[in-house]
Parts: sequence; C-alpha cells; structure tokens
Amino acid sequence: MAIIERPSAVPATVGGAAAPELVTPSRALGVFARPVSSTGWKSWLFTVDHKKLGIMYGAVSLFFFLVGGIEALLIRLQLAAPDNTVLSAGLYNEMFTMHATTMVFLFVMPMAAAFANYFLPLQIGARDVAFPRINALGFWLFLFGGIFLNTSWFLGGAADGGWFMYSPNSSALFSPSHGIDFWVLGLQITGIASLVGAINLIVTVLNMRAPGMKLMQMPVFTWMVLVVQFLLLFAMPVITVALFLLSFQRNFGATFFDVNQGADPLLWQHLFWIFGHPEVYIIILPSFGIISEVLPTFARKPLFGYKFVVFSGAAIGFVGWGVWAHHMFASGLGPVSVAVFSVATMLIAIPTGVKIVNWTLTLWGGKLLFSTAMLFSIGVIVLFTIGGLSGVTHAVAPSDTQQTDTYHIVAHFHYVIVGGAVMGLFAGFYFWWPKMFGQMLDERLGKWNFWLMFFGVNLTFAPMHILGMQGQPRRMVVWPEKLTGDGFFDLAFWNKVASVGSFVIALGVLLFVINIFVTAKRKVKAPLDPWDARTLEWITASPPKEHNFDRIPTVHALDEFFHRKYEEVDTEDGPRLVKVKTAEEILAEEEANADHHIHLPSPSYWPIVLALALPIIAYGVIFNLLLSVVGTALVILAIFGWCLEPSVADDSDYDPPAGGDSTKELATLG
Amino acid sequence: MADIAVHTEHTHHEGYEDHAPHATSTGLSNNKLAMWLFLGSECLLFGGLISTYMLYRGRHEGGPGPDQIFDIPLTSISSFILLMSSLTMVLAVNSAKRKDDRNTNLWLVVTALLGALFVGGQVYEFTAFYQEGLGFTTSLFGSSFYTLTGFHGVHVTLGIIMLLALVAIINRDRITGDKAEVVELVGLYWHFVDVVWVIIFTLVYLIPA
Repeated sequence: MAIIERPSAVPATVGGAAAPELVTPSRALGVFARPVSSTGWKSWLFTVDHKKLGIMYGAVSLFFFLVGGIEALLIRLQLAAPDNTVLSAGLYNEMFTMHATTMVFLFVMPMAAAFANYFLPLQIGARDVAFPRINALGFWLFLFGGIFLNTSWFLGGAADGGWFMYSPNSSALFSPSHGIDFWVLGLQITGIASLVGAINLIVTVLNMRAPGMKLMQMPVFTWMVLVVQFLLLFAMPVITVALFLLSFQRNFGATFFDVNQGADPLLWQHLFWIFGHPEVYIIILPSFGIISEVLPTFARKPLFGYKFVVFSGAAIGFVGWGVWAHHMFASGLGPVSVAVFSVATMLIAIPTGVKIVNWTLTLWGGKLLFSTAMLFSIGVIVLFTIGGLSGVTHAVAPSDTQQTDTYHIVAHFHYVIVGGAVMGLFAGFYFWWPKMFGQMLDERLGKWNFWLMFFGVNLTFAPMHILGMQGQPRRMVVWPEKLTGDGFFDLAFWNKVASVGSFVIALGVLLFVINIFVTAKRKVKAPLDPWDARTLEWITASPPKEHNFDRIPTVHALDEFFHRKYEEVDTEDGPRLVKVKTAEEILAEEEANADHHIHLPSPSYWPIVLALALPIIAYGVIFNLLLSVVGTALVILAIFGWCLEPSVADDSDYDPPAGGDSTKELATLG
Repeated sequence: MADIAVHTEHTHHEGYEDHAPHATSTGLSNNKLAMWLFLGSECLLFGGLISTYMLYRGRHEGGPGPDQIFDIPLTSISSFILLMSSLTMVLAVNSAKRKDDRNTNLWLVVTALLGALFVGGQVYEFTAFYQEGLGFTTSLFGSSFYTLTGFHGVHVTLGIIMLLALVAIINRDRITGDKAEVVELVGLYWHFVDVVWVIIFTLVYLIPA
C-alpha cells in the first residue's frame, strides 16, 4: 500500500502543474520485498500502521493488567487473615515484585503508549508517526520483553527483590534463582521499546503537525505525551546503566554491588530513583492529558487555563528530575541533601495543584454531562488529590522517616497510580472507544464499572493509611494475630477490609472486560461525534481510515474541530455559540476535497524479526552464551534487512483486495 | 542506530502535499532530529557510567589502581588517532555534500580505519592491564573501568560497522533519500562518540585519582 489512490469518482487533477509526482518503487532493490497484506493476520504481524499498533499495545497491556491484577488478589488473599498460608514467603516475594513490575512496565506505561500511538498522530493531523517501522519495533519489543519477563515463573521462579530491586539484596547471594536475571533483561528489552518510542513520538509532534497548528494549539493530551516522551528519553538510559551493572554483577562476576569489596549500596538507589522518580510522572501525565480532553468535552466549556495546564505539565516534568532522593530519606543521605530534596518535593505540589484547580474550574458553571468517561475523570481529580496530599506528607522528611516502608506508602502510591493513572486510562477507554472501534461501550455497565472501581479503590487503599500509621511494614508476608491491636486500630479488621476492597476493584475490571464483549457482540454503530468533541481526531471517520484524513486539515485554533462546528453569533442577549455544521457535514466536506495521492508507509517484516532476536540474546545470557551469538547474528541480519528493503512495496508484490468494493481505497502504484 | 540513519523514505510522506520532501514543522528533517534526540539520550547513558567510575575509581583493594597501570603516552596516541578520525569524518560529510562519491567513500574508509586503530589500541591496553593483574572482577575499579571504556569501545565498533556499511550501500547506490544527509547522520554519531572519549580520557586517565 505504498500509494493509496482514491477511485476515479474524485476528479483526477486540480490544474496541471499542481499534480504531485508519484513516488515510484525501485525495482532494482527487489531482494528484500516488503509485505503487502492489508487483511488477515499478516496485516497485523507486519503492520506499521500506528492505529493497529495502538490497538495491539492496548490489547496486550490489558492482558498484563489482568495478570498483574491476579497477582494483587493473591497478595490480598494472603494478607486477609493472620498467619495465613495462601502463599509461601518466597512466592509472596515473587508475587509483590512481579505485581509492581507488571503493573508499571507492562500495563500503565504501554497502555499510555497505546493511546499515544493511536491518538497522537490523529490529534496533530498527521497520517502516521515519523518512523512507522520503529513504531512497530517498539510494540514487538514490549510484547516479547513482557513475555520473556513472565517466562521466569516457569523457569525457576520470578524476581523477588521488590520492584526497586535494592542492592545488595538483589545479588546472587541473596537471590540465587534466575528471577532477577529475567527481570533485568526483560526490563532492558522493554526499555529499548520506550526509548525508540520516545524518539519517534517527539519527532512526530515536533515535525509533523498539520499546517497551521502551533505548539500552543495542540490538544493537552498530545502535550502531556510529549512531556512524557522527553522524560522517557532521559530516564531510560539511567535505568539501562543500573540494569547493566546489576546483570554484569550477577552474570559475569563484576563487583559493583559487592559490599565486601567496598561497594556503595547507595549507587543503585541513586541510579534507580533518578529513573524511578521521572517514571512516576511518566505514569501519571498521560492520564492528566486524557482527563484534560474529557472534562472540557463533558462540561461543554473550553479547558480553563489551557496554557497553565500545559506549562504546569512541563513544570512537573522539569522539577520531577530534582526530587528522586525523597525515596531515600531513610538511607542516611545527610541533612543538606534531605532538606533540598524535601523542599523540591513540596515544590512539585504547586504545578500539580494548579492542574487540579484548572480542572475544577473547567467544571465550574459548565453544563455537566455525567457520562462514564466524565465520572472516571472526576474520580481522578478526587482520588489523585487524596494521594497527592498524603504525598506532601512524605515530602516532610521527619514524617517520612516514620512512614517509609510501611503501608502508608503503599496507600499513597496506590491512590495516585490506581486512583490517578489507571482511572484516567479508563476515562480514555470510554471516551475514545467509539473513535477506535466505531461502537459505544455500554454506559450502564460503564457506570457500574466506575462505581465499583471507585468504591473498591477507597475500600482497599484508605485502610492502608491506618495500617501504615500503626506500623504494619510493607512486604511482610504475614501479620501475627497477637500484634493486631483493638478498637479503631484493629489491624485484622482493616486488613480484611482492604482484601474485600481489592475484590471489589476486580469486579469493576471484570465488568469492563464483559462490556468489551457485550459491545462487540451488539454491533451497533456509534454516532460519528457522540460526545460533541473538540479535537482533530473526531474530524475523520470512526474508526479512522488507514490514511487517517482524506484531506490533511488546516488548523486555525485550539479545539479546531469544535470551532468548525460552532460559531459565535451576536444575539440580543449578547454573543452565543451556535452550531453551524454537524460532524457528518464536516466529514463529507473533507471526503469531497480528498487528497489525490496519499503516500503511506509499506508494512515490513523486519521490526518483528529484530524484536524477536533480543529475547533470544537474553535467554542466552542466562542459560547458554551460544544462544546469544545466534541472537546477535539475527539482530545484524534484521538491521541490514531493515536498511536494505525498498522504501515501498513493489506493485508486483501487491495483492489487490478481493471484491473490488468501490468505497474501499484501491491501492495502486503510479 | 543504523536503522535511523538509512530511514530516509519517511521524510517524504508528510510534506507530500506541498511538494517539498523536507517540509517539517521545525525545518529539521525527521532523521536528523531523531539522531539528535538519540544522542541526547546517550549523554545520560554515559553520564551514568562515568558517575559509577568516578565513585569507584579509588576502590581497588586486591588489585592495581589507576595510577599504577595507566600508560598515558600510549592512550594519548590512540586518543589523538580517534580525534583525527573526526576530521576525516568532516571531510567525508563535506565530500558527500559536494556529491563527490569517490572522496566520500575514501574518507569514510579512512575514518573507519582510524576508528579501528583506536579499538585495536583499546584491545592492546585491556590485554596489558589484564596481564598486570586488573581483571573485570578484581576490584570495583576494575569492574567500573572496563564497563565504562568497554561501552565506549562498543560504540566505536558499531560506528565502524556503520561507516563500512555506508560505503557499501553508497557503492551500490542503495540510498533512496538524501545521501549527504545519511553521511551526516553517521557523522553526528561519530563525533558524539569522539566527544565522549575526550571526557572519558580527561576524567579517567588525566586527572589523578
């Protein structure tokens, strides 16, 4: 599908000289032909279409969300009763390590990548990302890295050092199984995915915006994704170094964390948290972006203080680099460091507070429509604020020293991650589902989904504040009956409440999964613009055509789509917004003025081959270095295949779609 | 890395409507912007490795320390060779901009040879240090020294492969996009690796522990 030409119903030329020259493939390069399937499994395996990749990112992340959720339920089952024996101590360690790793690296980050992949090009009016093959590579690396990481369960046990894997506890002496090796190498692989994805999306945003779209006219979601990509760009290499040091130590006998040799355990902590704290904003900012799209849409008002929201997002990104040591207040950094990081951490509450205020004021005086997406967004405001407030208490170092490594910390970060990031992603599901699949998720099920999750989160994590303040340590496999206390501070009671709450959340998530199947089975088409939305992704068909836009839109304003639908008209009571066009009329207009020659990138075999080679190398590092040699050879082959394949498919390779449906684009080469 | 360099076809598809292959919002081509971003990321990678070395360079119980084993004159020569390869790289980019394939190839090969000489020097140096009793696992200094300089050596080696691959595909006329830009992209990478060496040479070898 190198060039998609619309059927001849559209006038062929618009005046002689303007007709663009066709890009012709070079037949001389036929050694590595490009795949061309546009239907069937091959069209997914070799696709470079950002929308297909976005859907695949989403589906795989959702699967890992369920895996991580089951791990969480097992943890809560173990903690539901005193001296419980659901899990052995060793298995419990693996469970909480993999629960966190799965949720952070295999669910929240890639789910945000799913939305970013799908909607970022649509929101800036582009036909694809800057490097479509690299985009595909990112997805396959994430998938294979995630699978590789989870195969550790069957190959001698998973990682058991906690998600921040402190040294020297992570050395072979204390964790002799291969679990941590799998963890290290798996995260290296998904780390490459994040890095190449970051480069790709930054270039896409900076270089490929629709004509007329200034940076300050980009939707807030695009802005937040851009900030996140910069965080990834600079945070990933730091964790890469840390992971290399650890794997050199575990696999090749290096001494980086060997305390007998005089190693400094704080080295790991610094490297990990220099990555780990920006990571916190990598997790939350996409959701901030999503709800900044949802709230104005359902409040029927522009976002209050767009510039403040954008700049405070960027400010969070900057200040986020200067607060990492607040994770290390208990490690004896010295009073100056502690004071500096304490103040910096409090500072970050300012831009975050600005956002909360802006969202609230967006709702103020709006005609609120409480759709499921809106409910989830309001849920984010409420729950994230609770988590944010307990976060500020952790910035106060003396207080943090008491709370660190207790359930109070667990309560805090679950409020911001589940209550903030995850609820925001669910707002995204309900908001964008009609755009991605042309069908509305069931709103009634959706509201059950929301209320169960909302109550579940509070039921699970609010009691953890009490548990933590009473001193229940994080990561303890059992709590003994004789230490439970009584009255309001009865730990047994609150642990049971939290365990019940976790199953309420699970029920909410289950309803979401059911909703997906119910919706798919119902086969009811969604209206083109069900929410009366504001941004460019709604200007095109649902689901969007392969080339996104028939005509690349020219942008004149923030909320371009809204301004095409509504105009301000002077009436006796002053200016009023009047709907001048429907979404269907706008779409028809775009279709009538479609671009004649649309150049889309061809699918490619090489991203999946290259991605497949990395787990082979990783298995080799653990089991037999010969396997690594094979993997490396495959990497070299794949890179050369990648570079040497022709830039577009050859027309002789092309298999035209059967049926000859005249409304379907015919792909032909000029 | 090579994939970014030879990834020129995608510069076309955006600015298609206005007939300019490089009509990007910033005016910088996608490939070049991507390379700059990648190098920005690499700064943090070497930043982490250099920090680790600086923390551990004084900790060498049970093995030789930096002051006992470094051979400054030898490493100075190999550093000089690597810096000269930046000059030949500039000449290659310059020839490519003048569409002079013959000289482009010549200077690319010379650059690769100088790079290979540097890597050869590093292999010799590593062997000599090993024989003097500094293994990868001997001490914290040993582990962090070999990791830092080893990572740099791997970067140079990948650069050499990129240079030679570039010569091959220029000879077979397999670059579909802007040839001079592809040479320039590899050049950016090469200069970055050189600049990193200047920092490593100063911090690791010249400043006494």
